[in-house]
Amino acid sequence: MEGEPSPRSGAGFHQGSFPLAVNVDLQTDATLQVDISDALSERDKVKFTVHTKSTLPNFKQNEFSVVRQHEEFIWLHDSFVENEEYAGYIIPPAPPRPDFDASREKLQKLGEGEGSMTKEEFTKMKQELEAEYLAIFKKTVAMHEVFLCRVAAHPVLRKDMNFHVFLEYNQDLSVRGKNKREKMEDFFKNVVKSADGVLVAGVKDVDDFFEHEKTFLLEYHNRVKDASSKSDRMIRSHKNAADDINRIASTLYTLGTQDSTDVCKFFLKVSELFEKTRKIEARVAADEDLKLADLLKYYLRESQAAKDLLYRRGRALVDYENANKALDKARAKNKDVLQAETSQQVCCQKFEKISESAKQELIDFKTRRVAAFRKNLVELAELELKHAKGNLQLLQSCVGVLKGDT
Amino acid sequence: MAAEMEPPPLGDAGQTDFREIEDGEGFFVSTVTTLESPEPSSPDPPSMPAEGISTNGPKQEDISLDDDPEDLFAEATEEVSLDSPEREPILSDGPSPAITPVTPTAMLTPRMGLGTAEMFERSLDEIEEDDSGDTFDMHIAVSDPEKVGDGMNAYMGYKVTTKTSMTIFSKNETTVRRRFSDFLGLHSKLASRYLHIGYIVPPAPEKSIVGMTKVKVGKEDLSSAEFVEKRRSALERYLMRTVKHPILLKDPDVMMFLESSELPRAVSTQALSGAGILRMVNKAADAVNKMTIKMNESDAWFEEKHQQFENLDLQLRKLHASVECLVCHRKELSVNTASFAKSAAMLGNSEDHTALSRALSQLAEVEEKIDQLHQDQAYADFYLFSELLGDYVRLITAVKGVFDHRMKTWSKWQDTQLLLQKKREAESKLQFANKPDKLQQAQDEIKEEIEELEGKVQQGEKDFELISKTIRKEVSRFEKERVKDFKVVIIKYLESLVQTQQQLIKYWEAFLPEAKAIA
Repeated sequence: MEGEPSPRSGAGFHQGSFPLAVNVDLQTDATLQVDISDALSERDKVKFTVHTKSTLPNFKQNEFSVVRQHEEFIWLHDSFVENEEYAGYIIPPAPPRPDFDASREKLQKLGEGEGSMTKEEFTKMKQELEAEYLAIFKKTVAMHEVFLCRVAAHPVLRKDMNFHVFLEYNQDLSVRGKNKREKMEDFFKNVVKSADGVLVAGVKDVDDFFEHEKTFLLEYHNRVKDASSKSDRMIRSHKNAADDINRIASTLYTLGTQDSTDVCKFFLKVSELFEKTRKIEARVAADEDLKLADLLKYYLRESQAAKDLLYRRGRALVDYENANKALDKARAKNKDVLQAETSQQVCCQKFEKISESAKQELIDFKTRRVAAFRKNLVELAELELKHAKGNLQLLQSCVGVLKGDT
Repeated sequence: MAAEMEPPPLGDAGQTDFREIEDGEGFFVSTVTTLESPEPSSPDPPSMPAEGISTNGPKQEDISLDDDPEDLFAEATEEVSLDSPEREPILSDGPSPAITPVTPTAMLTPRMGLGTAEMFERSLDEIEEDDSGDTFDMHIAVSDPEKVGDGMNAYMGYKVTTKTSMTIFSKNETTVRRRFSDFLGLHSKLASRYLHIGYIVPPAPEKSIVGMTKVKVGKEDLSSAEFVEKRRSALERYLMRTVKHPILLKDPDVMMFLESSELPRAVSTQALSGAGILRMVNKAADAVNKMTIKMNESDAWFEEKHQQFENLDLQLRKLHASVECLVCHRKELSVNTASFAKSAAMLGNSEDHTALSRALSQLAEVEEKIDQLHQDQAYADFYLFSELLGDYVRLITAVKGVFDHRMKTWSKWQDTQLLLQKKREAESKLQFANKPDKLQQAQDEIKEEIEELEGKVQQGEKDFELISKTIRKEVSRFEKERVKDFKVVIIKYLESLVQTQQQLIKYWEAFLPEAKAIA
């Protein structure tokens, strides 16, 4: 069976409901509004239609759209990271690569096992898997959109040249994925960076605020990582249980149709009941995924970005202190003093610039985080309640009917 | 969790109600439990004097038990289960199921002192009486599993408490201690007595070498505690199912099992005993025979029922497998929820915004409660739903066995008929033999044989009709029980699900204001 449906998502994404699930107070003001209005999934890649509405003078039109792929988002993100000017900001985390492998595998397995199940079962499972595929698809679109919205909402980043090119240039950006050598370079760079990071982190900061943030972020990041993976596992078990109920419902149905005794009514009623409760259980798992797992995953990435900011500041601090030492040495030797002075001044300015914006960024990060958690936890509880009540009603009415029958 | 795992509270019913419903036995096909009567090479109809016993004239009309039953087993290769007409409880050390015993009427006769044939008819009528709403007032509880002994000779002793107001029991309440092999021994006796004449004998719980070894070795962990509880519950259901059968209830072995303080050890239930090996051999022989018997089914009812049971078997097995899967996944869900709860608590601790931190801790608490909920639900899934399905899968195997016995009975009858025909042909051939001196003797011999065979043929036909009649009654009783069982259990199970949802609602309702309070 041919692996995949290619969902075309139309106006569904336009409302921007998804990104707000994760990140709340994105000022969507009229000067620059970005969203992903459409997406198309092909064999190996996903094509996003990025739609912009802007009153800013630098754009040729007020409203326009381009088609972008995942690699181009990464290119944009990396360009921010590599830009020294933005060292003092939390760079919005890059969206994860669209990953349909698991879903595709399942669809394939289903196709292979087609012979071993009844037609109804097969159609049911196929629908399930297609729904799952669609859900993953929607999620990846949402994550790409959040990235763009964060950039558009940031007072400095939204003015970035590359960003504008990304939004406007309607040809292919010819951004190829990194080749093997570049990937190796990246790998080594990361190794060096994390070693350096440890060294830098070891340097005690004079500023209490930053010292506190450092300790806090480190611990927080690790715990969010743990919570994220545990929540994933929990939700997967939930999905498994829902699948089992699906199978039970089918078998009960067969039993009900075969049975010649009084109990066949029971079987049929319960089968019907389980069909409905299973759908609810699956929704519960999906909502938990959206409100809890995705939230944690997002803040895992954001906290990493915040850590990166602190690292950059720490690096700048170390450089500044080294420059101070060099200056003292130069003054003592009375050699290359001017050079040392300028270098020290540069370092000082860099450090102070970073520190200033970093403080605000971290405060904003906390505000965003608290708001996002609040929104999601409230919505999670409300949805759990709604589903539990729905389930309860179905169960109670079924029990009532069955008891009446005996 | 204590050694005795309790099933989750089902409404206010508590445990006793639950067990009342869960009567019947755990069933795993083992060499011990699926005893169809493995017969010696030349199968005997139960109430007939054996072939080769020329002393007993074939008195087909009344199944008289004046004959010494011991001779019946002359061909048996094992120790005999002495069913003497006098009222003696069946005290046998190694009752070999290889023996085809006397009819159940032997048991009933001594007590009632009535003619056996009438007795048998009576017993069938009694079944009808019971169906018409006669009070079956009996409750058996299996409890207090205690390890006796040490090392590999250790075993679990269970307390069996019988509460009843029925007059056939000497006391209103009796308590005895039994071990697992006692239950197996009881089943093997009942099976050897009743299966081949068409009664559906409930199968006993399965042996489990792994499970028992863990217990013997003294591993005091969760899985061996669960194993013991599973077995205890299965034994209880087994006993309840057995006594719900009106014929089996009155079997002296059953009474002895429930009432007498000491029971001889049932050694033949061990897998590697002589009896055990014979059982396996006989089972194999049976399987081969089944394939070769081609029965002309004249009765559409049997054909239909057989097919129905096949279908039911298939679907129940499937359902059972799915429910076991569900139990497994729910347990997993419970574990994963607990681990997430811990993780969320940690996250809450490191969160430096106070209100959010508190909310996260609350979330962790909610999830912890929910994980307990999932665990309880998994127990309900298992003890209510899964075990019932397992029991019925095994019961249906017993039902199929009974149908097979009918086939065997038919085939025996047919074989005897063929033999008779051959003898008649031989007789007419003798007329034209040319050895006149030996003729008279040969003719007399053949005449005798023919008479004997005619008797056997008649008996064979009677047996066949009897077993068919019994099976019809049994199947109707079985179906009634099945419908009742399933209805009750399904409702109980759904109620457990209702409870879970109600609890969930409570927990999330408590959490919501906390989440909203995050400033």
